[in-house]
Amino acid sequence: MVIADIRIELKHGVTDPEGQNTLKALELLGFEGVRAVRTVKVFEIDLDAEGDGALQMCENMCRKLLANPVIQNYQIELK
Amino acid sequence: MKKVCILRIEGTNCEDETFAAFHKVGAEPERVHLKQLTGHAPLDLRRDLMDYDILALPGGFSAGDYIRAGAIFAARMKASLGTQLRDFVTQGRPVIGICNGFQILVELGLRPAFDEVMAPQPQVALYTNDSDRFECRPTLLRMDNRGSCVWTSGLGMGDVVMFPSAHAEGHLKFPAGEEDRFLERLDENDQIVFRYVDEDGQLAGYPWNPNGSPGNVAGICNPEGNVLGLMPHPERAMTRFNYPEWTRGRDGDDGDGLRLFRAVVGRN
Repeated sequence: MVIADIRIELKHGVTDPEGQNTLKALELLGFEGVRAVRTVKVFEIDLDAEGDGALQMCENMCRKLLANPVIQNYQIELK
Repeated sequence: MKKVCILRIEGTNCEDETFAAFHKVGAEPERVHLKQLTGHAPLDLRRDLMDYDILALPGGFSAGDYIRAGAIFAARMKASLGTQLRDFVTQGRPVIGICNGFQILVELGLRPAFDEVMAPQPQVALYTNDSDRFECRPTLLRMDNRGSCVWTSGLGMGDVVMFPSAHAEGHLKFPAGEEDRFLERLDENDQIVFRYVDEDGQLAGYPWNPNGSPGNVAGICNPEGNVLGLMPHPERAMTRFNYPEWTRGRDGDDGDGLRLFRAVVGRN
């Protein structure tokens, strides 16, 4: 069994209202020097598969469901 | 009588208003769970999508809107019903996606569908409102379609209607750097159906445009005009009483939504 870490990030240039709002809140709480906040989603998936097979499966999951290529990039890491 | 399939899964919550809207204009609507179309239901509950004349994807929070709004409903539909759905659309049968239904159409790759009926992957996205909030209030829309869309044949170009908006993810996103090209192409193909406007019918920013969509686009159809997706809710504007000014001189008993539903139910 492997654990796949699938990280879904917004593409460069896509505004991140949740990140911007969090940045504002952090500033209001008095944190200084916070330059940017980005929101990222991580799916941790336990898989009964190994190596290339597991990677292929995760790629498929991203294409079919987990990422919208218009606004999101994905990274897969097998552990 | 036109048979309407009002398709739902867990978390859909506007099926009753959508049912009432179609019922009011004389159609024969039925609330159908996706599992009833895919054979995962007792025999007497199974249905065939192709037995219906119209398909409606109502609003709500299908599958909790997890992953992205509409993504799970779309992935499930595509996996189990993809071919039939493509046939349904290709045959020119009317399809409407309202709010969450629009998000599902986008995730299905059925919008904007420039070169193919259903793209393998989404070509645009409906993304978090610029305000990062759920925007829920009456919105004014100008009908900008030049005649391709069957759903708006009962409206005149430039008519302004009020359909309420209620969404957190309605900002129409095009691939980075291609925003202008996409907008131009939508316009060339006569795919832009509704735009958010102010009281004078002019394009205006927030709060008139609740989500920040480029070109104030609120609803688009496919080039053939039978599939309409829009964020605001026409099924919530069926009577005078759905309007905030109903005690202050609004004439007649009809809401603007009636003209939309009548247009497809009345056509042969």
